[in-house]
Amino acid sequence: MKSLFERGPSLLTRLVLALLCAATLMFLDHRLNTMQPVRSFLSTLVTPVQYLAVLPEQTLDRLVYLSTTRSMLREQNEALRQELQELQMAVQRLNFLENENARLRQLLGSDVRQASRRMAAEIVAVATDPFSHQVVINKGSANGVYEGQPVLDNRGVLGQISSVGRTTARVLLISDQSHSLALRAERNDIRVLARGTGDLQRLELLYIPHSTELEVGDKLMSSGLGGVFPEGYPVAEVIEVNRDERYQYARVTARPYAQLDRIRTVLLLWPPSAIEQPVFDDIVVDEHVD
Amino acid sequence: MWIKSGLIPLLISYLVALILMVMPMPVFLEAWRPDWLSLVILYWVIALPHRVGIGSVLILGLVADILMGTVFGIYATALLVMAYPAIRHFQRIRNYSFTQQSVIVALLILVKRVIVYELEHILNDAVFNLAYLYPVISSAIAWPWVFLILRKYRRHYLVRE
Repeated sequence: MKSLFERGPSLLTRLVLALLCAATLMFLDHRLNTMQPVRSFLSTLVTPVQYLAVLPEQTLDRLVYLSTTRSMLREQNEALRQELQELQMAVQRLNFLENENARLRQLLGSDVRQASRRMAAEIVAVATDPFSHQVVINKGSANGVYEGQPVLDNRGVLGQISSVGRTTARVLLISDQSHSLALRAERNDIRVLARGTGDLQRLELLYIPHSTELEVGDKLMSSGLGGVFPEGYPVAEVIEVNRDERYQYARVTARPYAQLDRIRTVLLLWPPSAIEQPVFDDIVVDEHVD
Repeated sequence: MWIKSGLIPLLISYLVALILMVMPMPVFLEAWRPDWLSLVILYWVIALPHRVGIGSVLILGLVADILMGTVFGIYATALLVMAYPAIRHFQRIRNYSFTQQSVIVALLILVKRVIVYELEHILNDAVFNLAYLYPVISSAIAWPWVFLILRKYRRHYLVRE
């Protein structure tokens, strides 16, 4: 419809101009990769939206916490204490094994493995688009986070950092359709390539011959071959092996150990080879002292 | 004279839509999350077609691209193509019943989602899954409420053309 006093170009012209503008940006971003600085600047700019998005959840958590009774807290405390004791015992054994491993590796003349540095971060937003599985965390370049950094949760590998803002960073999950990583079966050292399927509970193993020795229940660890994820972290468990000869390769699917659908806290890892250094917030340090 | 009345309430409604778009939700609801940003944009272009137009939609689309971490311009293109018929026929849509409006909104959001998928498919080899279209239904169900709430909001804060 045309209003009597409409000024400026017609609606269609404006639409075409806007579409051209969007198409140019798409071209610049995807083909020429020139938008990265702009993107990280704008990510910093929209950070308040992401913090506001988690505010209701945090308030709810706070309310739930305030309404917990004394006896419940005591029970929880007891359970946690027990868990801590068990973990401490496991760590004792681990320290001993680590030392032994380092000594044996020295004897063999191979490099001694160095410890990675780590930092905990919290999720502030999720991208709900099924074509891109991403989450945003509350640590950014100010904390030493860098692009391509591995991210874990308490059960296994979660994904890697895909872009960094000043106080936030974006994590590409291993279930994203554009993400693959090199794995190794714990039982028989078969090397496999796992690709995300866009389903949070499923990874697809590529190029597996029909005669594979992989079986349901096999544990897949990161192999360290891609150069992004350090070696030896648990990633996924094989849940299905379909040796149907009609397909070119056996169809093997695995389920990630990390709980991709209910991530709250993640662990950022700085491998020994990383140039960047973790920068801890003062607030975090204070919490540890408490 | 450049700042018309009700600019702040208008911006707040955009902000709320963007927040709802990225808010973490329980898994079983996640797939059914209504397309809040599209609903809010559609309401404003039907209610104030001479104020909220192509330019506003383009900017909101680019902000959505940053928030969702997609390639720049994907959401912008999809939202523009979705908003155009609504701006073009706002007088007709205003006179429809809620049921008819819901059907139109569902169709427009379907178009938007298909465009997002096609662009993702061309640029990043995305694979289609049906769950991506569930929000078309939930958005159509949410439309009458969004419409009523925003109309009340608009009249209360005197957001005018």
